[in-house]
Amino acid sequence: MKTKIAVLTLLAALSGSAFAAPETFDFKDPKGVNNAQFKLDAPLEAVTGHANGISGTVIFDPEKPGDTKGKIVVASQSLSVPNSMMQGHLHSDKWMDVAKHPEIFFEVKELKNVKTSGGATTADATGTFTCKGVSKELTVPVKLTYLKDKLSQRVPNMNGDLLVIRANFTIKRSDFNIMAHQVEDKVSDEIELSLAIAGASSK
Amino acid sequence: MKNTLRIFAVLIALAAGGFWFAKGANRGWTKNKVQIETVDEITGIKGFRDEKVFIPGLDVLAIATGISVVVFGISFAFKTKNQKQTPST
Repeated sequence: MKTKIAVLTLLAALSGSAFAAPETFDFKDPKGVNNAQFKLDAPLEAVTGHANGISGTVIFDPEKPGDTKGKIVVASQSLSVPNSMMQGHLHSDKWMDVAKHPEIFFEVKELKNVKTSGGATTADATGTFTCKGVSKELTVPVKLTYLKDKLSQRVPNMNGDLLVIRANFTIKRSDFNIMAHQVEDKVSDEIELSLAIAGASSK
Repeated sequence: MKNTLRIFAVLIALAAGGFWFAKGANRGWTKNKVQIETVDEITGIKGFRDEKVFIPGLDVLAIATGISVVVFGISFAFKTKNQKQTPST
């Protein structure tokens, strides 16, 4: 009898852990939809652009979203603005210096204020944001949406789950040595960032 | 030559203004690509892809106006036919 109870308990624990297993989501998007947008205010026209070179991995457990950890990488070469000359300046050593600093990344260490409703989780993600070789601790509000078994609908012949991450936050050029305290009358110091990315965990 | 340069200067300004207006009278910077928005149906994410296009902005208009003013200014270096003729005594 005791043996039966022990076996049943063990089976229950195993089945529970199988459903609660953390998944690794890869954010390199084969459809090229993942993007980060940026905006800087300027007198004539706000400088707006996007970056499509998104990659990175996030470990997410749908049963324990607060344990989420990971790293999202943006290729600085993929930063794009509508004017080619302006893009050249943006990529140059005076601004983003993409040759010397090819990646911008955010490494998540922990989530706080985690609230989950259905498949959606909102939280404050604390981690290290690195841009142009400068790393700073940031706390960023994020929304994680877990889409179970939806990978096959997005990428044919691939089964698995999707994790959508959305985030909006602001950084300052001066904090990351991006023409720090220069031309602030022409381009604002504040950079508004918006992230909308989907990662895949294939089975 | 004087009048030719002045007419040329006016044509430059008119052509630039007309081209700028025809291309949408963009009051920002010149654009040589635009972001085309796409929506991923499964995730709801708005994606963007670049499409090459030329939309002149105020910078192009300003440059054309500057060239027009310079050409008009050069016209003052040339004398009219009446000024060239020796006055009779």
